[in-house]
Amino acid sequence: MTPPILEMRGISKAFPGVRALDDVSFRLLPGEVHALMGENGAGKSTLIKVLTGVYTADAGDVLLAGNPVVIGGPHQAQEAGISTVYQEVNLCPNLSVAENIFIGRGKVRWKQARARAAELLTRFDLDIDPALPLGAYSIAIQQLVAIVRAVDISAKVLVLDEPTSSLDRDEVARLFAVMRRLREDGVAILFVSHFLEQVFDISDRVTVLRNGRLVGEYETGALTRATLIGHMTGRVLEALEELHAPGEHAPDSAQPVLRAEGIGRKGGIAPFDLTIHSGEVVGFAGLLGSGRTEAARLLFGADGSDSGQLSIDGKPVTLKSPGAAIEHGVAFCPENRKTEGLVEDLTVGENIMLALQAARGWVRQVTDSDDLVRRWITALRITPSDPDAIAGNLSGGNQQKVLLARWLITQPKLLILDEPTRGIDVGAKAEIQKLVVSLADEGKAVLFISAELEEVLRISHKVEVLRDRQMIAELANEGLTPERILATIAGGGTGTVAAEGAAQ
Amino acid sequence: MIKHRLFWPVVALVALLLGNRIVTPGFFSVEVKSGHLYGSLIDILLFGAPLILIALGMVTVIATGGIDLSVGATVAISGALACYIISDQANQGSVGGVLFAVALALVLSLALGLWNGMLVAWLGIQPIIATLILMVAGRGVAQLITSGKIITVNSPPYKLIGGGYWLGLPFAIIVVVVVAAITAVLVRRTALGLLIEAVGGNAEASRLVGIRSRSLIIMAYMFCALCSGIAGLMISSNIAAADGNNAGLWMELDAILAVVIGGTSLIGGRFSLAGTIIGALIIQTISTTIYTAGVPSYRVLVFKAVVVALVCLIQSPAFRAKVFRRRHKRPPPQPKAEVPASDSGDLEVSA
Ligand SMILES: Nc1ncnc2c1ncn2[C@@H]1O[C@H](COP(=O)(O)OP(=O)(O)OP(=O)(O)O)[C@@H](O)[C@H]1O
Ligand SMILES: [Mg+2]
Repeated sequence: MTPPILEMRGISKAFPGVRALDDVSFRLLPGEVHALMGENGAGKSTLIKVLTGVYTADAGDVLLAGNPVVIGGPHQAQEAGISTVYQEVNLCPNLSVAENIFIGRGKVRWKQARARAAELLTRFDLDIDPALPLGAYSIAIQQLVAIVRAVDISAKVLVLDEPTSSLDRDEVARLFAVMRRLREDGVAILFVSHFLEQVFDISDRVTVLRNGRLVGEYETGALTRATLIGHMTGRVLEALEELHAPGEHAPDSAQPVLRAEGIGRKGGIAPFDLTIHSGEVVGFAGLLGSGRTEAARLLFGADGSDSGQLSIDGKPVTLKSPGAAIEHGVAFCPENRKTEGLVEDLTVGENIMLALQAARGWVRQVTDSDDLVRRWITALRITPSDPDAIAGNLSGGNQQKVLLARWLITQPKLLILDEPTRGIDVGAKAEIQKLVVSLADEGKAVLFISAELEEVLRISHKVEVLRDRQMIAELANEGLTPERILATIAGGGTGTVAAEGAAQ
Repeated sequence: MIKHRLFWPVVALVALLLGNRIVTPGFFSVEVKSGHLYGSLIDILLFGAPLILIALGMVTVIATGGIDLSVGATVAISGALACYIISDQANQGSVGGVLFAVALALVLSLALGLWNGMLVAWLGIQPIIATLILMVAGRGVAQLITSGKIITVNSPPYKLIGGGYWLGLPFAIIVVVVVAAITAVLVRRTALGLLIEAVGGNAEASRLVGIRSRSLIIMAYMFCALCSGIAGLMISSNIAAADGNNAGLWMELDAILAVVIGGTSLIGGRFSLAGTIIGALIIQTISTTIYTAGVPSYRVLVFKAVVVALVCLIQSPAFRAKVFRRRHKRPPPQPKAEVPASDSGDLEVSA
């Protein structure tokens, strides 16, 4: 076997109250794609941050090409040939796309940088303007820009922490093509993903962590889905497969919870119609930038609509602000947890209570919060289970669960979930899907947005298909397949309801 | 206990007090003279009262992610208006007249806070710029009220506020205790504190959970102005005069410093009332030290700067880590440590 380009030996790292890593060893060979797997909070991101010097390990050594190194920080890691995309995109939203790609990389000739950025972006088929501020684009695009930046730094080791969490198939395929090419050039790639298919698709070897400890290192070819899940969770997971299909309880078709007629916003989404009944799960399917999030934001008053009429429970309403929507029983869990969701300074408990408290106003402090919070922490298996833990210190997947709890606690009539399973491990993902189905069974209406079509199909009663910021079809989920949805998006298939994007 | 976020501010305060005790043997003694409490410690509380009040206001504004540079100007305006009204009265000693003057001064202060809050919350002007307007214009307003002169008053009821005694204690200290207690109850016994911290911690997320951040922000600026207004009354009452030019001069800087020393980050979000009070006491102790130790006036600024720098260093986790690490065996060549992104607030006290 070729000697490893990177080796980590006996790494331990503790945070107050948590042993995030306990004697973990890890080897990365040149020219391989190595998947780092584990449940939420297993220590994957921490291991990566130790590698790149964001955290200093309490014990253990890092060897680069056989030589012990001490990496003092991200910049040094980059100079040592380790290029990293962290889990939470940490670029500068107010700088331009081009600036984000090239900043911090020594002398840059900014005139040429723009042209070079454009060239790189086309390699990913990314049709965006490198001169615009990065913040103007969705989290998925930002993630791609971060990847473009990392890939362009010709590194010996490329580290990607959940790079695909908000991408859809095409982007993933493009990213994988680039990764394969880099692999052929001898670059060693460390890759984290909760999508098992992707891991089996691209990785050569797998290292599994559980609760901060090393479970083992495996050849991907020698693993099955079930054994991998077994290694990750330490239990046999049959629960995943038994997820019941939607539509067991037919939605209550009498009075729609929400009806949108010709709601739209210039530059956001073309006017669309939509009805959601109580007990119904409606899925939004579409590619990146198709307008899924934009549509959802109008229904929540996060953005103002400039046409159309919204009614809730049959009564016309205007949602001037999220606060107004919440009063009408609408909840919205946004896709970008770092900038739009979590208040990182506050504790887990405070974050969970926030929406409920905001609805009650500042005078009446929610007093029974402890019980409620603990119940949801247990129900969603948030770790650490301490309500007083600082939310920003939680692992990505656990932060996502905190946001879900925040909205579930408000008992909304309509729950809008934008990429709720982003960064969530297989087991918890199944639990969240189950939760959505049971909420619908209880009579709640759910609007479910996900880049993962299988997931949308598994739980939705009907699927709205979006393309180019228009809602182009509504498909009843009877024998619906991802292929059919993709065909609809491509313009080939027809929905049960005719395209209604004619509004433009 | 070291993990407690008030630990290092308290250590700094105690160290300063002990230092004073060594230089001035009678520093800790408190005596009763003709029914009133006297002593250096009482003096620190008494002369620190205005700063504590302003710092309490400042910390709520900073928690929302803002800053208020106009507190010094508000001090001047409030004192000027009260003294102007009293000096205009036939009987300066009338309690009713003084109450009227005080009420008007405080109402004006609230209006100034409302102005700041509107600029920030409704017009979206950067807090530093928005409050800079009043910081500069406010002194002009104060001088307009006093017609550019120093107005002196001779009013026993007014004198009580900043220079009088009640139940053996300086009245100003009682006012501070009451204001601090009301603030603590308002902030921590209701959800006000949490909502303010959410707005300061992540404004967009707060909007999306339905927090009405505009009214919260305006309330914070109004509260800060009210505190400054009360402080202005104390200061002018203590010297029985209103000096539009010098009253409250540079107090915004002391107040901001008190907030930061007390462990609240200037970025906003999490804030500590107790820490802020301790921070204000630290600054006042430094000032008192300067006078009791007889530091020559031309050295005062340098002395103060050095002490403040030391206090900040003690509190910096990064600094402590470095000093601490040096005394232990270190791993092989350690290149210069890069500060991790999550740890960038130098003065943040590890929670
Ligand atoms: N800065 C920190 N302070 C305190 N605890 C932390 C910190 N960073 C991580 N942790 C804890 O360390 C553990 C491992 O976290 P890590 O982020 O490495 O998980 P992960 O495997 O990346 O999970 P995910 O799949 O959810 O991203 C978690 O319990 C987390 O709460
Ligand atoms: Mg992670």
